[in-house]
Amino acid sequence: MMRRLLLAFALLLMAAPAFAVNPDEVLADPALEARARALSAELRCMVCQNQSIDDSNADLAKDLRLLVRERIADGDSDEAVLNYIVSRYGEFVLLKPRVGMKTVLLWGAPVLLVIAGGLSLLVFARKRAGKPTGSKLTADEQAKLSELLGEDRIV
Amino acid sequence: MIIEIGHYALVLALATALILSIVPVIGARRHDRAMMDVATIGSLAMFSLVAFAFGVLTYAHVVSDFSVENVWENSHSLVPLIYKYSGVWGNHEGSMMLWLLILTLFSALVAVFGRNLPETLKANVLAVQAWISVAFTLFILLTSNPFLRLDPAPAEGRDLNPVLQDIGLAIHPPLLYLGYVGFSVCFSFAVAALLEGRIDAAWARWVRPWTLAAWTFLTLGIAMGSYWAYYELGWGGWWFWDPVENASFMPWLAGTALLHSALVMEKREALKIWTVLLAILTFSLSLMGTFLVRSGVLTSVHAFASDPTRGVFILCILLIFIGGALSLFAFRAPRLAAGGLFAPISREGALVVNNLILTVACGTVLTGTLYPLLLETLTGDKISVGPPFFNLTFGLLMAPLIVIVPFGPMLSWKRGDLLGALQRLYVVAALAFLAAVVFFYVQHGGPVLSVLGLAAGLFLILGAIADLWYRAGIGKVSASVAWRRLSGLPRSAFGTALAHAGLGVTVLGIVAVTTFQSEYVIEMKPGEVTEAGGYSLHFDGMQPATGPNYTEERGHFTIRRAGIAVADTWSAKRLYTARQMPTTEAGILTFGLSQLYVSLGDATKDGGIVVRIWWKPFILCIWGGTVIMAFGGLVSLTDRRLRVGAPRRKAKVAKPAAAMEPAE
Repeated sequence: MMRRLLLAFALLLMAAPAFAVNPDEVLADPALEARARALSAELRCMVCQNQSIDDSNADLAKDLRLLVRERIADGDSDEAVLNYIVSRYGEFVLLKPRVGMKTVLLWGAPVLLVIAGGLSLLVFARKRAGKPTGSKLTADEQAKLSELLGEDRIV
Repeated sequence: MIIEIGHYALVLALATALILSIVPVIGARRHDRAMMDVATIGSLAMFSLVAFAFGVLTYAHVVSDFSVENVWENSHSLVPLIYKYSGVWGNHEGSMMLWLLILTLFSALVAVFGRNLPETLKANVLAVQAWISVAFTLFILLTSNPFLRLDPAPAEGRDLNPVLQDIGLAIHPPLLYLGYVGFSVCFSFAVAALLEGRIDAAWARWVRPWTLAAWTFLTLGIAMGSYWAYYELGWGGWWFWDPVENASFMPWLAGTALLHSALVMEKREALKIWTVLLAILTFSLSLMGTFLVRSGVLTSVHAFASDPTRGVFILCILLIFIGGALSLFAFRAPRLAAGGLFAPISREGALVVNNLILTVACGTVLTGTLYPLLLETLTGDKISVGPPFFNLTFGLLMAPLIVIVPFGPMLSWKRGDLLGALQRLYVVAALAFLAAVVFFYVQHGGPVLSVLGLAAGLFLILGAIADLWYRAGIGKVSASVAWRRLSGLPRSAFGTALAHAGLGVTVLGIVAVTTFQSEYVIEMKPGEVTEAGGYSLHFDGMQPATGPNYTEERGHFTIRRAGIAVADTWSAKRLYTARQMPTTEAGILTFGLSQLYVSLGDATKDGGIVVRIWWKPFILCIWGGTVIMAFGGLVSLTDRRLRVGAPRRKAKVAKPAAAMEPAE
């Protein structure tokens, strides 16, 4: 719900509601245009709330889209276009941050979590082997429990 | 006057909550029944008081009492009646009131339906619920009071945010809150159990219905939000990995894990400590979501710093509850006896893998959501973590989970037979793959990965059916025996199959839309025709229109297939006059499970208009799948062993014949 509030706020900031990609921006070569679209989806609209320039209708997003297409038309590789945009707008513009000192924990998180989870599973399994199991129930509780459990014998 | 009475009711609710926080806990210690009984009566009283206060606020909105600041800021006399009702929670103060209302509703439900709970557990659970209520009532009264008056009263309100003037606002927040506030019950059960220092399989059985109910609502709430964003925002996206979305998605992931681990605990008494921890973490994530959304920290770290009252208050609530519960856990968990053993290849084993993957996925979303905030606070560097990051990491983590889902229900408890499960599923896998290839060629084009994605979705659906198939022994025994076995299966077996199949349907939808959707951005003049998704769209022209509180320019499109008109739609650009705020109202046409999405852009100088058209094949599967999942949750909830509040039955005289058939 809040995102809609924020979006509404972002919309308010915009001078004129326009579209994201407009027909006049589109490159003639479909292959180049496809590259431009893919790159646009990875670039943040700096004045919006968490929108890519591909989705946004802000003027600044339009400028960036044109800039991306300009560079692509000039023969830049995807990498070179991103480098150029980052050199002008900073790392903040990238929706998929690059792996580096600052983001090592971000990118490392899934891997670390999998390893940590797997290791703790192993450790617990080792520790547990051979120990007596189950909590002790009183006779009364046992009777209650078997009454409750009685019905799903078929599972 | 009525407003002040509402305000007063909220203060009384706080007083009730305070009593409720202390007396039952002491009662449980001393085994004093009278003191423990305060919990039941108190919870009902607290709910009634909060409901009354909420009713008063609703009344103020409905009669457009602009002397109330909250109404003045978020309503308008011309707003249609339904938005006067839903507008109550379409703002910060009101949505916190809804939060509290649902929290106390759950307390009341536990009080009413918890008759079969042990007295001390019930008293402690309700007391913990009351602790949370105290915190949030204080938060509302001290920082977000919706009952403040304006003097002199303005003649007209400032209008409800136009983006919120939609039926979505009436449905989405209540469902969402029923979901993530519902997990408070699991949290309270966990804390109460830790206080008592004792947890067993029965505990898991008591917690499961609440988890299931909360999960079902949260599933629907998230899906509804996604569909709302899809049709309202006008660019056809349905999931943005926005921090606010993540805030609701993380409790869902943790809650899904909890649902599964509670199952292991209930059946096998294993994973006890983990289940308790997960119950605490799930609600902690709900609290954190509330902090992220309500503190303004997401808009910018600086916005948070400039008016930190609310943010700091929720942050304190967050630290006290999460910190307190985790410390309690650290103290008490070692005292809990270890549960049953199981081999790695077993249903428990599969559910452990499920938990591992869901937890890691949840942790990854959490890291991605908080990383930019933390980095900026610590070093001042600004980075963005957006959809490309989440799609990559989350996708990679979820892929193996989807493959193992159908195996889980087919493995037996304690020690499973992977080979047996493989033998049962390879036909299913082959069928799924074949169907995916066929589907792929029918839709023609797209990367190879999508075949795998489609196969995964179909594998889930067919695997869920196969599970029921084998349980009933269809093909091995006579049809009548198979039928009797099928109808003798517990409802939870159907719930599982539905939920897993629903996930498959959602995966299919996601893969189909991502791969096969087509987009057309063109300039059209009245009378022009364009093709999209096998349909031709005839643009008939623009026309002005006025609604109760907006004006719009709308374009009419006639859709033809093979020359025959099959449908027509309006797509509009709207201007809400009170706030001078523009919105787009896309024209959406449904053909089977697919949709044609028509959105208008700027007018061009030569009398045309920019039109953006998407063909979204099978997009309804995305939300349809979630509805099936939620329905699975509901079916599971009606399982006899979980039925909330089912009176304890004496030993049954005779079991129905069907139940005597061994299923396997």
